[in-house]
Formats: sequence, C-alpha cells, structure tokens
Amino acid sequence: MAWFKRKDKGIQTSTEEKKDTPKGLWYKSPTGKIIDTKELEQNFYVSPEDGYHVRIGSREYFEILFDDNKFRELDANLGSRDPLKFEDTKKYPERLKAAQAKTKLKDAVRTAVGKSMGKDLVIACMDFTFIGGSMGSVVGEKIARAADYALKKKIPFMIISKSGGARMMEAAYSLMQLAKTSAKLAQLAEAKIPYISLCTDPTTGGTTASFAMLGDINIAEPGALIGFAGPRVVRDTTGQELPDGFQTSEFLLEHGFLDFISHRKDLKHKINLYIDLIKNQPLRS
Amino acid sequence: MEYLEFELPIKELEEQLDKCQIIGQESDVDVTETCKQIEKKLAETKKEIYKNLTAWQRVQLSRHPNRPYTLDHINALCGESFLELHGDRNVKDDKAMIGGLGKIGDQSYMFIGQQKGFNTKTRQYRNFGMSNPEGYRKALRLMKSAEKFGIPVVTLIDTPGAYPGLEAEERGQGEAIARNILEMTRLKVPIITVIIGEGASGGALGIGVGDKVLMLENTWYSVISPESCSSILWRSWEYKEQAAEALKLTAKDMKRMKLVDQIVKEPLGGAHTDKEKTFLAVKDAIVKSYEELKNLSPKELVKQRMDKYADMGVYKD
Repeated sequence: MAWFKRKDKGIQTSTEEKKDTPKGLWYKSPTGKIIDTKELEQNFYVSPEDGYHVRIGSREYFEILFDDNKFRELDANLGSRDPLKFEDTKKYPERLKAAQAKTKLKDAVRTAVGKSMGKDLVIACMDFTFIGGSMGSVVGEKIARAADYALKKKIPFMIISKSGGARMMEAAYSLMQLAKTSAKLAQLAEAKIPYISLCTDPTTGGTTASFAMLGDINIAEPGALIGFAGPRVVRDTTGQELPDGFQTSEFLLEHGFLDFISHRKDLKHKINLYIDLIKNQPLRS
Repeated sequence: MEYLEFELPIKELEEQLDKCQIIGQESDVDVTETCKQIEKKLAETKKEIYKNLTAWQRVQLSRHPNRPYTLDHINALCGESFLELHGDRNVKDDKAMIGGLGKIGDQSYMFIGQQKGFNTKTRQYRNFGMSNPEGYRKALRLMKSAEKFGIPVVTLIDTPGAYPGLEAEERGQGEAIARNILEMTRLKVPIITVIIGEGASGGALGIGVGDKVLMLENTWYSVISPESCSSILWRSWEYKEQAAEALKLTAKDMKRMKLVDQIVKEPLGGAHTDKEKTFLAVKDAIVKSYEELKNLSPKELVKQRMDKYADMGVYKD
C-alpha cells in the first residue's frame, strides 16, 4: 500500500498553482543526504553526513567570519551601468533589475570591514546568485576600493571568490577588471598587507586569472570547482575525457595551487591563525 | 626499537636486563644486585660503543628508522601553532618537501624541510625524502613569503638527495636547486639550517644556505653519499665504509672544516633513543641562533652570509 493515497478524484491543478512543500524546511545534498535546514545553518551550511559544502553567499560568509555578525559594509550603493547597451535574450538593465529583485543584492560582490576573532579584517565576498557571480565594473571597483581601505588602514584583506567569470554584458570593461584588481593586490603586496584568497564553489574564468590565485595564501573549501576554462569547454575543445576530480579543490592542492583546504567550520580559526603567524603577533585562540 | 649491527651488544644486555627484571617480579629471588650489575655493564657498553663511532656508523644512525623526521621536530617545536602550507604554484605539491608557519615561544618561523616516511606506504608517499624541482620551488616560494613579512626561516635537512628522475630533469632539477641557492644567499631574513639526518649534496644545499648551519651529532653532510662515492670511485658499493671515512662527512669533521657552524649534541645512542631530549636541544639551538641574528639589519645579515660562503674553499695561491 502506498504511504500517501490520493482520495480526491479529478485533481488537475495547473503547474502555476501547485503548492510546493514549505520552502526551506529540508535540504538535500547532491549525494542524496537530507538535512533539516536549521541544522544545516548551525553546521556552517555543510551537510553533516557527507561533508558537502552548500553554496552560500556574502550574508552567510559574513555571519561565519565576523564576530557576532557585526560589520560595516563598504560602498554598498555602487551599482552597474550599461555602457554597451548590451542585449542578449534580455536587455542588460532588465537582467540587472531582475537579479536585484531576486537576490536583494546590488551586484555580485559585497565588501565589508569588521572584527574577526577580535581583530579587524576586510572581506570582499562574491555572490553567485547574482548573474553567476560575474565580474563587471562594479565588482572590480568594489574590490579595488576594499583593497584601498585595507591598505590605508593596514588591515589584512580577504577575497571570497564564487564566480563564473567575467560579465559578458560589460565585455572588455569586464576583462580589464582582472588587471585593475590584480594591480591593487600588487600595491597591497608592496605594503606587506597579508591577502588571503578563498576559492569556493565555483571559482572559474576571470577570477582564477586574477585575484583568486594571487593570495599570500590561496585556500579553498573542499570539493569546490576551481579552474580557468570550465570542464565542458575543456572537454569540447580537446575531445579528451577528463580525469576524476578534475578541477576540484583537491586537484588544485595536488597540483600546487592551494596552500590548504579548509572545512568551513575551521575557516575562521585558520585564517586568523595564518594572520597571527605571518604578522608575528600573539596567537588568538 | 630496531638495532643496528654495531648495537647488538646493547641489544643483548637490554634483553638480559628485561629478563632479570621479569624474574624479580615473578619470583621471590632477589635480583636487585644482578640487575644493577647488568645496568652498569649496559651503561659502560653504550658509552664505549657510542664514544668511538666510525663515520659509517654515524651514517647508519642518521638513517635509523626510528629517528625523528622533519614533521616530528616541527610538531614538537610548535605544537598546535603549526600551519602547513602547500604547493609550488606551478605544477605540484611535493610531498618530499614540507613547509609552513609555526611559533616557538612568541616568535613565528617559516619551517621548511625534506620529509621521509616511517613505513613502506609513507616512504613511497614521501618519495624517500627525495624532492623534485617542485619541492625546491615550493621551498623558495615559502622563503620569499617569509622574507616579505620579515619572518625568519628555519630549514630542516634530511635527504638522501634530490630525486634523480626523468620528469625531475624535464622540469629542471638543477635550475630549481641553483635558483634556491642564489636566492638564499640574498634573502633578507635570518636563515637557520639544521641537518637532522642525511645531508646529501645539492639536494640538501638547495634549502641549506644559512646564516647558522647546525648539524645534529649523528648526521652526515657531504657532496655525495658514501655508497655512491664508493660505486663511482671504487667501482663497487663494497667500499662505502672507506668512502664514509674519506669523505669526512660527520658533524665533527664538517665543523672542523668550518663548513658548518655548530654541532647539536644528541642523547647517548642517537636522537631516536630520547626524542624529547633531542627536540629540546634543537629548539634551544634554533632559539639561541635567532637571538644572535635578530638584531642584524638585512644588509648586515646578507653581507655576513656572503662573507661566510666566500671564505669556503682550500687552495694554493
């Protein structure tokens, strides 16, 4: 006997009117493990059974890394323009508006300063939900300004990458954000301000060809996709089958591009341990 | 505990002592006197054997399977504060060369060293402590990072040599070692080098140019291993003992020739017989060395290092 038996006959609800189960009560990881969302949140958005690191955004990362979720957002109002009058299946301004409505975000990165384990830290965190975390002028400018802030105040800097790459709708303006952000990081390096790059799922395209790979340490979350050309592009271009685990965090660690992989629950401790060690200051515990 | 051939008299006495103690525990026979005598004999035998070690015997001790390796030292020195860092940012993370940041007391150091394994599986994983070019490039990357932030560098040397492999040659083993040696001569932070096991040739010097170069008592450091030397010059591996003597590769010899700065004493019987004591001696030596170097300006530091290496060599004018 079925567990649920339909008693009423002739139900023909149209798709639009179908009621989903209340959203957000349960989460199912890719390996099929199911977890209560409250529990997931308490476990740093990591599925406890299989260790799957759920994609999260700036809101969650700030909450994880800043003490008591207290921080001051920088340049919160910077917004995109449409210099190329770009249009694909949708006009760029419309796409922006739709993304803003859907995500309640202004663009694909948020930058903030706050205390992490009692000391100041500047974080720029990308949001994948906003047009695939794509990097246009706003992302580049906000990262550059956050780096400037870190430089001026001599505060360690961290970028959390989560991006599909450059934003096509801003074409070559996007491309030049690679140069702009990298130049800023070079200034930071000259001033000997520590810069930590955290690669999360996914970190691809223009981000890997700029700030994501330029950290004093490059670190990653387990199982993240990290690479320049996406796996599909590589497969289609070369006609080769890709090895298991190609372009995962573990693959990058093995090939020498990551300093270490950190579980999200250890992230706050580990980045601050690194900062204490490299700045030769007493360890915070 | 594993015993080397020349240690067999010690093994015998230790077994006798064990037996004696067991008899004492299990029967009413008073064995105190007998045990005492064996203990005395044991102490004398140890002294006798370890006082007169030949060069080859020291080579054997330096490779003793129970000897503490790089990570053992680092973990003992830094405890929870050690943060291992990986990768050369180029092709690979070399498992035979490890590195990372850690604290001794309040001071951060960048630790770098070759790592050997402790059983068949881990020995393979660590490639027997033989680095590829990526290992040397990882070491250089970490040194440069330490230099950038003014963190002193400690290198721990324990390698039978750089890996003589096809891919190692393709990727420029020689270039990688050469680059490290050059960069280390001008690094603007103190470099303290400790030979904790085997110091074989360029593979060792690739992380071994330092302001203070220390050798643990039962280690060796030379241009080639005694076996390879024997095979090249005598055309047979049989003459390794003679080769070991001839190469003057012990800590004492190296100190006398002024090619290293200091010998760190090991517990009687070698580092592995009392690891804690060994770790303390190494820690003490590192801290003291750093104290001597920390107040030198980068310019003075580099000049002093330059002068030291310029002085090495014997010739007729």
